[in-house]
Amino acid sequence: MNLAPFIDGSYAISVVFLVGVFALTYTRYRNAVKRLAAVEKR
Amino acid sequence: MNENVLNAEVLPASRTGSWLHYYANPGRFLRLAQPVLPWAAAVSIILTVTGIIWGYAFAPADWEQGNAARIMYVHVPAAWVAMAGYAALAVCSFFSIIWRHPLADLAAEEIGPVGAGFTFVCLVSGALWGKPMWGAYWVWDARLTSVLVLFFLYLGHIALIRAFDNRAHGYRAAAILALVGAVNLPIIVFSVQWWNTLHQGNTISITGSSKIYITMLYPLLIATLGFYLSFITLVTARLCAAIMERKTRALLLAAAERAS
Repeated sequence: MNLAPFIDGSYAISVVFLVGVFALTYTRYRNAVKRLAAVEKR
Repeated sequence: MNENVLNAEVLPASRTGSWLHYYANPGRFLRLAQPVLPWAAAVSIILTVTGIIWGYAFAPADWEQGNAARIMYVHVPAAWVAMAGYAALAVCSFFSIIWRHPLADLAAEEIGPVGAGFTFVCLVSGALWGKPMWGAYWVWDARLTSVLVLFFLYLGHIALIRAFDNRAHGYRAAAILALVGAVNLPIIVFSVQWWNTLHQGNTISITGSSKIYITMLYPLLIATLGFYLSFITLVTARLCAAIMERKTRALLLAAAERAS
């Protein structure tokens, strides 16, 4: 049995999840910082 | 002599949970967490990438399972973080119910989606490991089923918080679900001992000797440390963002009230 698709698949799902969740969290954090700074400046 | 000993002014103030209230103050938490976040993110990314690359490319193949055992370096850390995340969720829910602290509610709300994500990775990587080893992606084995229940508990917690018009009611209901669901954690851990399972028994032991060769243990521990730190960093960043979003909303509401 060719194991490569199973190994690559499990690593791919982990990397996609980690990159995705870090990117989403970073975007949300940056937006929250910017919005708060803009409201406090008013 | 008529002094009422039950009078709050007579009794010394209880210090139970006072340290918790000190550090769980949203403003103080933001001031403490924000400077640490970039460093925590950098360390967690370095450790995770090192662990994953080491496991994928450089760790030795298993004598029995061959290269399929490489899935362990993402599956096992994801499983451990999924369980630790739920334990953290239960602890936050406990603090929320006992002390009614808003930061505990917010932390539980932010732990939910991240923990569900790690549980999903654990389930998918486990299925991909099961097919070449067992001949099936899924079996209704005690370990697999109890982890699937953990995933549903996470989803239930996420949904329950948002199920009420009054968010405070959602927090309370979700906290009760999280505490009741914590009974699933020992079931997951001991499922391989209590029942005859297809899933292998515990390989790593903190108290006894581990049944894993050192060249495979090091990348596994580094990947695990990376996944744990990633989880902590993600939840902290999401918690900081949630606090700032609430502060922004409060400031906008106050400005609108002044204008009207």
